[in-house]
Formats: sequence, C-alpha cells, structure tokens
Amino acid sequence: MSKKSSIVCGVHPMSEITIYIPSDSAARSVGADDIADAIRTEAARRHASVRMLRTGSRGAYWLEPLIEVEIAGERVGYGPLGVDDVSDLFDSGFLTGGDHPKCLGPVADIPFLKNQTRVTFKRCGVIEPCNLTQYESTGGLAGLRKAAHMSPAEIVDAVTQSGLRGRGGAGFPTGIKWKTVLGADATQKYVCCNADEGDSGTYADRMIMESDPFLLIEGMIIAGMATGATQGFIYIRSEYPQAIATFNQAIAAMQAEGLLGEDICGSGRDFSLTVRRGAGSYICGEESAMLDSLEGKRGMVRAKPPIPALAGLFGKPTVVNNVLSLAAVPDILADGADAYQALGTGRSRGTQAFQLAGDIKQGGLVETAFGISLRDLIEDFGGGTRSGRPVRAVQVGGPLGAYIPASGLDVDMDYEALAASGAMLGHGGIVVFNDTVDMAAQAEFAMEFCAEESCGKCTPCRVGAVRGAETLTKIRGGENVEANLKLLDDLCEVMVDGSLCAMGGLTHMPVRSAIEHFPEDFGGMPGVAENAAKP
Amino acid sequence: MSIKKDHDLGTPSVETDKTVSVEIDGRHIDVPQGVSVMRAAALAGTDIPKLCATDSLDAFGSCRLCLVEIDGRKGTPASCTTPVEAGMSIATQTPRLERIRRGVMELYISDHPLDCLTCATNGDCELQDRAGEVGLREVRYGYEGEGHLDAEKDISNPYFDFDPAKCIVCSRCVRACEEIQGTHALTIQARGFDSKVSAGMDEDFLSSECVSCGACVQACPTATLTEKTIVEHGQPNREVLTTCAYCGVGCSFKAELQGDDVVRMTPHKDGGANEGHSCVKGRFAWGYATHTDRIVSPMIREKTSDPWREVSWDEAIGYAAARFKAIQAEHGVGAIGGITSSRCTNEEVYVVQKMVRAAFKNNNVDTCARVCHSPTGYGLKNTFGTSAGTQDFKSVAKADVIIVVGANPTDAHPVFASRMKRRLREGAKLIVIDPRRIDLVRSPHIEAAYHLPLRPGTNVAVINAMAHVVITEGLCDEAFVAERCEDKSFKRWRDFISEDENSPEALEDVTGVSASDLRGAARLFANAGNGAIYYGLGVTEHSQGSSMVMGLANLAMATGNIGREGVGVNPLRGQNNVQGSCDMGSFPHEYPGYRHVSDPVARSAFEDHWKVSLDPEPGLRIPNMFAAALDGSFKGLYVQGEDIAQSDPNTKHVASALADMDCIIVQDLFLNETADFAHVFFPGTSFLEKDGTFTNAERRINRVRPVKPAMQGMDEWETTCRLARAMGYEMGYRNAAAIMDEIASLTPTFAGVSFDKLDSGVSIQWPCNDANPVGTPIMHADGFVRGKGQFMLTQYVPTDEKTNRRYPLILTTGRILSQYNVGAQTRRTKNSIWHGEDVLEIHPHDADIRGISEGDLVSLGSRIGATTIRAVLSDRMPQGVVYTTFHHPESGANVVTTELSDWATNCPEYKVTAVQVTLANMPSDWQMERENRQAVVEPAE
Repeated sequence: MSKKSSIVCGVHPMSEITIYIPSDSAARSVGADDIADAIRTEAARRHASVRMLRTGSRGAYWLEPLIEVEIAGERVGYGPLGVDDVSDLFDSGFLTGGDHPKCLGPVADIPFLKNQTRVTFKRCGVIEPCNLTQYESTGGLAGLRKAAHMSPAEIVDAVTQSGLRGRGGAGFPTGIKWKTVLGADATQKYVCCNADEGDSGTYADRMIMESDPFLLIEGMIIAGMATGATQGFIYIRSEYPQAIATFNQAIAAMQAEGLLGEDICGSGRDFSLTVRRGAGSYICGEESAMLDSLEGKRGMVRAKPPIPALAGLFGKPTVVNNVLSLAAVPDILADGADAYQALGTGRSRGTQAFQLAGDIKQGGLVETAFGISLRDLIEDFGGGTRSGRPVRAVQVGGPLGAYIPASGLDVDMDYEALAASGAMLGHGGIVVFNDTVDMAAQAEFAMEFCAEESCGKCTPCRVGAVRGAETLTKIRGGENVEANLKLLDDLCEVMVDGSLCAMGGLTHMPVRSAIEHFPEDFGGMPGVAENAAKP
Repeated sequence: MSIKKDHDLGTPSVETDKTVSVEIDGRHIDVPQGVSVMRAAALAGTDIPKLCATDSLDAFGSCRLCLVEIDGRKGTPASCTTPVEAGMSIATQTPRLERIRRGVMELYISDHPLDCLTCATNGDCELQDRAGEVGLREVRYGYEGEGHLDAEKDISNPYFDFDPAKCIVCSRCVRACEEIQGTHALTIQARGFDSKVSAGMDEDFLSSECVSCGACVQACPTATLTEKTIVEHGQPNREVLTTCAYCGVGCSFKAELQGDDVVRMTPHKDGGANEGHSCVKGRFAWGYATHTDRIVSPMIREKTSDPWREVSWDEAIGYAAARFKAIQAEHGVGAIGGITSSRCTNEEVYVVQKMVRAAFKNNNVDTCARVCHSPTGYGLKNTFGTSAGTQDFKSVAKADVIIVVGANPTDAHPVFASRMKRRLREGAKLIVIDPRRIDLVRSPHIEAAYHLPLRPGTNVAVINAMAHVVITEGLCDEAFVAERCEDKSFKRWRDFISEDENSPEALEDVTGVSASDLRGAARLFANAGNGAIYYGLGVTEHSQGSSMVMGLANLAMATGNIGREGVGVNPLRGQNNVQGSCDMGSFPHEYPGYRHVSDPVARSAFEDHWKVSLDPEPGLRIPNMFAAALDGSFKGLYVQGEDIAQSDPNTKHVASALADMDCIIVQDLFLNETADFAHVFFPGTSFLEKDGTFTNAERRINRVRPVKPAMQGMDEWETTCRLARAMGYEMGYRNAAAIMDEIASLTPTFAGVSFDKLDSGVSIQWPCNDANPVGTPIMHADGFVRGKGQFMLTQYVPTDEKTNRRYPLILTTGRILSQYNVGAQTRRTKNSIWHGEDVLEIHPHDADIRGISEGDLVSLGSRIGATTIRAVLSDRMPQGVVYTTFHHPESGANVVTTELSDWATNCPEYKVTAVQVTLANMPSDWQMERENRQAVVEPAE
C-alpha cells in the first residue's frame, strides 16, 4: 500500500525527502490539493527528490493546509500555506530544515497539539488513512487481536470497566448497551455505526473516517465479537463523500487481509461491514430514524420501547453506537480498561473530542480528558475569538445545545457538570459567539432549525417548532412580549415532555438558555442586545 | 338499534395467557402481559386521550396526547407505546399531564378549521371529542401563522373525499393502508410541518394505486377522509349488523342508517371473517340495492317476444304454477326443475330445493356451484370426507409457506388477501401457481418465492410433479400418513406418483414450468412448519378440476398439513353463499348436508318431515337440463338469482336451450340476460331486505338482517313457498328462523344452529352439533370426517381443447377487483369508474405479431363463437395466453368458452379455450343479435 500511494519525484531516490500533506476534506477545502500539486511541480522543476504522502489531518484546522517535512526523523510543520508560498519554501530550503516564516517547528511541539491527550485521534494526520501496515505499526489491531481471544462477556466487561459512554450525545454507558445486545437471543444481530454527523460545528467523526478509518472498523468488529453480531452497517451522511470513499477503501483493505469476513483473527467469529450513504436528513442522526433509513424507509423516529439493543435493525438486536464510541474501543482493549478509565473525572471517563468552531482564533479538534474547563478550551486551545471581540455566548453540544454565557465559561466539561449548569455535552461541538450576536434571533433559529429538520412524526415537534418560531418572531417584534414569553415557556414544556425524541425534546435548551441568560435580547425589554447588528 | 360506537382500546390485543398486575390511578387490575399501558387502562375503564392510536393498528406514538406518569420512570411516556410491567403504578391524570395534553391540543387546533358545526363528521370526530376532554379554551398562537387550511380537497374518488385541511397527520390512514390492507398506496410526503398524506406519488386518490378498500376512511379520526354519503346526508342514527352479499369471504358489516336509508357500511370489528376490514365492493358498492333498474313488481308474458306485463303477486304465482303444471301434465314430472342462487340466503335456497323435490316431485335442482366449485365438493369429499374448506381465514396468520393456485385473492377475495399479505410481510413464503403474473407474485413488500407460470390446463401435471418430489426425495410426513390416512390408498398413490412420468423433468415440456423451480417449490412446501393451500376457480374450472382438487388434498396429506391452524386445503369461494347453497342440498343427487338421494335413511327423514314421498333417483345437472331442453324433454325452469345466460359457458348453446323451453321463471333484482328468455319475473330482495344466513368459504354461518322491508313487498322464501302451494304442495313458515329450525332438525352438521344462537353473538362454523356446540373453526383436527384420509390417483390427462394453427392462443377468464361476477350489482354502482368494460389482456409480443395496439378492438374467436372486445397489452400475461373477464354481458366472454367440463362434476372448463385474436372493426354477430333482442323487448310501462 505505501509504495502505491506514495509519489516519488526526482532522480535521486537515495536523498528522497518525505513530505506529508493532508488529504482530509477540510484541509482540501482550503487548498491542500493545490499545495500538493504545486510542490510536485516545483520539485520536478528543481529535480528535487520528494516522496509525498497524503495523510489525514491532525485537526489543527486553523493551521491548514499544514504540510509536514520529515527531517532527521522529526516532522516539521509549515502552515497555513498558500500556493504562492511553495516556491518560497523551496527557495528557503524547507526540505532540509531551512527557515521560513510559515515554519511551525516540530509538529509535535505545537502547543495546540502538544497539550492534548490524544488517544482516539493519535493517528490522525500521522499515517496514511488506508495504509494497514502503518496502522498496525502504530499500535493498530492490537485491541482486535486481544478481543479475538476473549469471550464476549470479557469484552463487554472491559468496555464497561473503562467507563466509556456514548459519544453521540446521550452518554449512555456503552458496555451496558452491549451487554443487552449480548444477552438478547436472536439468530442475527447487527452493529450499526451512526456516522450521520449533523450537528453544526462538529467534524470529529469525519476526521476519524477520513484520517484513521481502520480504527473505527476495528471498533465495530470488536463490538460484533462482544455481542454476537456478524453484520455491521455504517451510516455515513451523504455530505461526506470523501469519508464514504475512504471508508470503502479501508473496508476493502481489511477484507483483503482477512480482517473482515470469516473467522477473524482466528476467533471463529465472523463480521462483515457495509457502508450505507445517508439520505440527507438531520433526523437520521437519531438512532431509531437512522435504523429506519438503513432499512430503506424514510427516516422516522421510532417509539421506544422496544430499544434498538433488543429490536433494532430489521427488528433484530442491534448495537447502535456513534463513531467516537466505537473508535475508543480498540485502545480500551489494547491498553486495558484501566488505562482509559484513568483519564477523566467523575462518571465521565476517558477523553472527549471537543470541536472548536464559530468565532474562534484557533479552530480545530481538541482531544483531552474530561474535566477541562470551557474557558481553557476557548482561551488556551482556541486562543480566544478570531474577531478579537469579547465572547458573549458559547453553544455547546450542537444546534440543540444550551447557550452558555461568558460568565459561565468556567464550567467543567463533563456530562454531569454541564447538566448541572443546564447544558449538555452532546457530540462535543463548541461554537463561540461574540458580543454582536442577537440571542433572540438565535432562539428563533433554534425553533426554525427544529421546524426544518423535524421528521414530522410527533405533534410537539412538527407543529410546536413552527409555532415556537412564530412566537419568537412576535417577541422580537415587541408583540405582547410577556404573554408570548409565557406561551413560549409553555410550549417548551410541551416539547420537552411531549416530544418523541431528543430533537423536539432538546430544542428548548438553546431557547430557554438564551432567554435565561440574555433576557435583554427578548422583545423591547431594557438593555436589548446592545451590540446586536453591529459589524 | 341505535348507533353504538365500538370501545376502542387504543392498541391491539396480545396473544398470551399470562397476566400481570398493575395499578392504574390507584386501582389494581390484572391485564394480559405485554399489552400497552393504554390498553390496560382502557380495560380498567379509563380511556386515556389519544388520537394516533386505535386498536386495529400497531402503536405509533405520534400524537403525544396519551402521555402518562409511571412511578420510578423519568418523564411522561406515551401510554400507547409503553408495555405494562408487573407492579407498574400508572397515573393517567395529573396536573402536568393536563398541561401537556392541553398544550398539544392547542398546537393541533392552531392548524385546524373551526367549522365543527358544519363539518361532515360533526358528532363523529375524535379531534373534537379530545379537544373537549382536555379542556382547551383558547389557542394563544392565533390562526394567522403557517398552516394547511387552504390545502385543496381531492374529491376524485367516487366514494370518499380527502380534505387535507382537516388532517392532523396522525398517519392512521397510511398505517391502515400498510398494516390492514397491505396496498401501501398512501404515504406521508415531505417532513416536519410540511408532512402531508399523499396517495401514491402525489397523485389524486383515483389515479393512485389506492384500491378504495376504505380502511383509511375508517381509520381517520377527523373529517379528512369522509364517505361522500356522510358528506351528503350526515351522520347515521341507527345501525343493523349484517353480512356482505358479494364474495365468499362473507364480511360482517354494520349497516349504518338514517331511517331505512343506508348512509354507510362499516366493517364489523367482531366479524370473524373480516375483523373490521372490507374491500371496495362491500364497503362502498351497495348502491345497486336501490338502483332505479330494480324491478319491484311481478311481471308475466305469454311469449318472450311480448312485452312484460306488471301483475299482482297472486296473478304471477298462479300464472307460473299453471304453466309449470301444464308442462308436467304434458311432458311428465321430470320436465321442470330449478336452479338455486348462491347469492340468496340458506333459508331461501333451502325452500327452493325443497319445492323442487316436494312440489315438482323430482330432483332437478342444481346451483351455480356446478360451474364453479362442484369439483371441490367431489374432491374433498372423496379425500377428506366433507365438501368444504378445512380452515378459518384466521388460520393463514399461522402459515409458514402458502401455495396460491388458480386464485387471484387480491382481486377476487380482497379481504382475505389482506390477511394473507400481512402474514407474507411477516415472513411466510409464497408459491404462486398461475399462468398470469398476478399481483401477489410481486407487489409492495410481497414477493413470491416461486411463481410457476404453468400452461393453462396442466394443473394436475404440476401438482403430481410436486407430490413426486415430496415422495421421491423422502419429504413425506410418514408419521402423519401412518396415523391419519388409509394405508392401502397411500401405498397405491405412492407407487403411482413415484413413477418417472410424474417427475418434474418428465413433465417440464407439458407444464412449461422449469423442473428446478418445481422441485424448489415442492421442497419449500414440504419442509414448511405449516404449509397451507389456497385455491380458486383456476383449479376447479378444468376438465380435470376434480382431479386437481384431489391432487391438492393428496399433497396436503402427504406433507402432514391438515388438521391444525396454519395449514389446510382451502377453496376460496366465489359467491357470498356458494358454500351455503351447496350445504342446503342444491344438487340433483344430494339432500342438505351432502347426503345422497338414494340413501334410504336420509330420504326417509326428509319424507317424514316433509310428508311427501321423494324420488330416489338423482335429477338433472344444469348442463343436462340444457341438453334435455334441446332434445325437447325439459320444458320449465325456475331460476333463483342467477344469470345463466351470461355466466354459463357457450352462451349460444345456453340461449337456444332457454329459447326452447315453455316456461322460465326468473327471480332476480334486475332484468338480467336470462330474463330475455323468461315468461315470469318474480322480483327478488336485496341483501338489505333479507332475513337469514349466508355461509362463507370458512363454513361460517353469518346472519343477514333486514335493514328495511322488502321493496317488492314479499320475502323471497315466501314467494317460493307460495309457488309450491300453488303447485299443490303445502309448505309455509312463520319466518326465516323457522326455516333454519327445520334445516337444523334435518341436517346433522347444522343440528346446533339457530337464529337465537347466532343472534346471541356466537359465530358458528359448521359442523355445529352436540359435539361442537359453537362450531368447528378447523376441520379434521382429530381425524378426518371420513375416518382416515384417502389418497386418490390423479393421472394427468390433457384437455381435449387444443391449440392449433387456427386457434393458437389459450383464453383463460377471471375477475377483477372492482366488478363482481356477472356485474349485475357492481355495474349499477360507481365501481364502473375503474372497469367500465371487459378487456382482453394479451402479451405485447402476441399483440405485435397480430398488428394489435393498446386499445384496439379485436375479435376473440374460438371453435364455438366469437366476440369483439378491446385489447390491453400486458406483460403479466405469458406469451400464448390471453385473459378476459365476464363482468359485462355485452362482452360475451362465454360466447367463446366451450362446453368441455370436469369429468366428475361437469364443471365447465372456463379456463382453457383455444382462440385466435384478430383486429376487428365492428361488434360480433352475437353482439348484434343481442342488441337487437334487447331493443325489441322493453319492460312494459
């Protein structure tokens, strides 16, 4: 694989220099491919001997396109680069460690990356995504090989012991879910990976699928071994064409090595895996709607019970896990539950992939143990706002997450602490807003988002979201503000208690948190959004 | 009785014998394990408010009105989707729940018209009722927001309107279409607030795949889907429980009335045959009963070329008796006879056969089963011992592999088809044996494991080959055969069927079915836990119809598929009371209860009761009557509710036989084709005026109750009795119940049947006697009626009807969904919108080589006759086979069919006629003659 995917230019293979360029779609969206072309052209022109490897991204998106040159066994970073920089780079002798204004020094020493605790994302940006040799040489497959010789119950125990909780947002203990599936009596069981990553400001799932797909496949196989499921499906949103392509390539590579199929690693257990492309609806990220969609139906939320662990895909017991939950599993098996459990705080164990977005200087993925404060994430890792304006609100956990005011940034980032402050972790998305944000408009947006993405099955969500948005329009226009705020609050109660799934059930969070923390923005009340609509 | 709404328990029952104890609002109750909290509460007497839930559909959980609080559980779970657990403590009414319910209702009403007082379902609207219950007093959102109040009505369907402005998107219609009917014509289009019910791909109802079964209309909790009759007339004020008069499924209905006028037919939830479902015919196509074509006065005429003359009942009956007596005086007692109707009640049929035997003093009585299921009687009697299907309809829910042979249930027995499709969606496997690719072969969520498209006329070869595989591959259920069947007959049959000439490979060229498919199908069936066989006229209406019935019985016995739920050999009966008319002794050789007229014990029982001596010799079958008429020895015929001139084969032959008779009495609702040849017309009663019973294909004796007095002023059985009296035999009854009492006293299988018992709510499937006081849903459970099952040899013999260069195609005939039989009823309803004329289905290649395009008029000609009909190109036909229906008299399908018939019972071979199809530009000679005949004789004013 490595021979095939590396590109050798020039005429002096002995003095060949290795350059790593990300092929992650976010890096490509800011020109990584153009940089690669420019380097190839420039190297050929200069008869420089260059070996170019396309890795995933390390997730320091604020530095993309970020290329790395291997010098004396160390990877030195340059970024963010433009095509115009390439000629300069060669002029400055970047292939041999020459200095350049875009030189970031050894990548491993960049504080944004150095200060993280990379467990799940440790290979992202480091290896070629579909290079099984590289995957294995960096610790890959160790978990699978261990699991292959453990009983299902032992695997489930290890996952339970690790304290791993569902990373999709609900935070349900993964081991307990697996135990339910293991205990279910059925001729066929399934593992379904939810990769319909739809929350605004989140991209961790995509990173795994594009940068280290074997990790996720390994996690899914282990889930199958643990529960008796022999067939896996991964539901990847259609907006991620590259993730779908990379993942299919990775599946083929593992099939070729006998790591998917029959009698995996001598375990006597079989597992096959199929990629299913999402059908373009936010609600398909809800697990039961995803199952409907996987079955070829329109994505509609199912009532529970029955829970998917007992009656999921095609009515069979099914593990439904988020990408990050499953991707955490191989290391738990490889390094032991204790190692994973040692990280984190309280009942939130292990690491969490925080994804910084919005008005943030250093946007990107931060994997670190639970318990870091929101302020540290935004100020230390994120470097504050990109605009330089003060932070006014931070939305944590996607479009249905609560808004946390600037005064609340010291909250610890773990499931319980966030819940105690009326917020939620969700999928780890963090979107920063500065002081120009109109929080009433944000609240209205939350209802509009719910109206737009509602599957339409239950009344509180289907009709409630529309009426909620309309009521917020009235409030913003100063119409019967007090009565309409009361109506909105009543509606929120109906949506919380009455909605069939978390979609309608969580819409109140951005709405109520905005009203609670920013009452001045709602309808002609004193001190209304002083900075709103300012540039 | 006045209108009584069924208690809707919200979610379906659960089959279990375990119960759990729960506490609902502080009251303890034991409920079946696994039922929903909603159903448990309803059983406890507390109806939790609901809109999307109804007990005919699986819980859905969308309306969110039915939330409850459960001790120890977070939040407010929906009671419809939450199963009870032992010890659960549930609160159905709390301030929190009150707030949520009112809030949900406020959302609903914010997008609903406020026209309750002028709404068609005012008084019968669940949304209205629930709004009342939750105490909604104001809609604070106002009504100026986004909404659906301007959505356009769809009035395309002839029977119901769709008004999306009133829709609450509960999906009950969509789910009814999926779960109950199984057509999947409806869907929710778009998502979120834009969600809307859509027929097909955003089509109107009429052009969609909707089959107008009405399940959606029934399921709708608002005025969104409403019968046009309700829109026009308003809500009913009384109801009568009765039975549909269409096919042999025998659906129970509530006739809902305003005074004596039907405004709606609602299938009855407790109806054993249909359990709350119906088809387009039963639910909607009842308008014929009061159609202006109805004849309500007796009429007579001297000659068929004379105009009809309306007369009094006395005159008509006296005239008829005189003519019949004259015939008997001149030509002997055997020169007259009667044909009973499978559309009439058991009581009406019974008196006709009694009149023939006692008043006409001969056994010349036959029935339309002669031309449909007489081979079923012969075949099942010889193998199992009784002439009836073995199962109840419900049994199909337990079948694992189903053979459908020579039947098209989605068109001809739609309500049963829905049950079957539900089971197929659950995973049962299907084998279809039919030349045509009927809908069951592949339709939404249904696909046959095997479709064996055999050549018409080769049924017996196919079933022999399947049995050959079962025996030679060691798949026979030897334990069953040893215990339940006659050893000698089995061994003889086993040796016969094992012969190489019966192998799939040997018969491949004959049947046109690949040997590997045939072997696969046979293995699938033989290895099924429960294998069930359902068949129709595609089995019986052949020169080897009886052999094929016995072949099916052999296969069922050899595979051990008799005597329990989920198995059996099941004829799908064509007409509403064809089972009953056979049971009631409508055969020239059998008394009621299938006892031979030569049996002295049976005969003397009837002689004693009827106080008359009876002829021990069998009388004439229908085809014999025609033959005897043509040779001058048969001169008078009483035809009760059957249109032999349209429905029997070789129309020209039938017509000349009828024309040769001296007196024909027709008793019918309408002047039918046979009436063209009649001298006396006795107006009959529609099912809405009848008091009696129909027996359906599962032997279920269903009550038919009058919703209004007879329009022509006399019960049909009374007409028959008066004719018998006028002929000199004293016969009369107080009421229909008295007739059933006599039937019960003379018929062992009916011994325990009475109107009182039926009216007490007991649903009875015969045999019903001291041993089985509430009837017998599954027959042959502890042993065959005849003792041990008898295997019969079924040598395949090709039909004499052969194709050649002149007649290279095979015509086979059948039915479609919207029309019924000769169409006398359905053609007088709006059903004709779907099928205004009979057409000839022909494979595109067969059409192409004849220069025929879609819609062309073609001449369909056989060795017997020709007719002109419109061609429809259809690749559901195999090459070499064409298909038509016989619902419209002017199409003349039976002008073409032959008189070849079943070797044992004379059931005509409707399904195989060698024909040629050529382009035509004018009606056939026969069609022109018919036109002229009808133009000359119009009823007198």
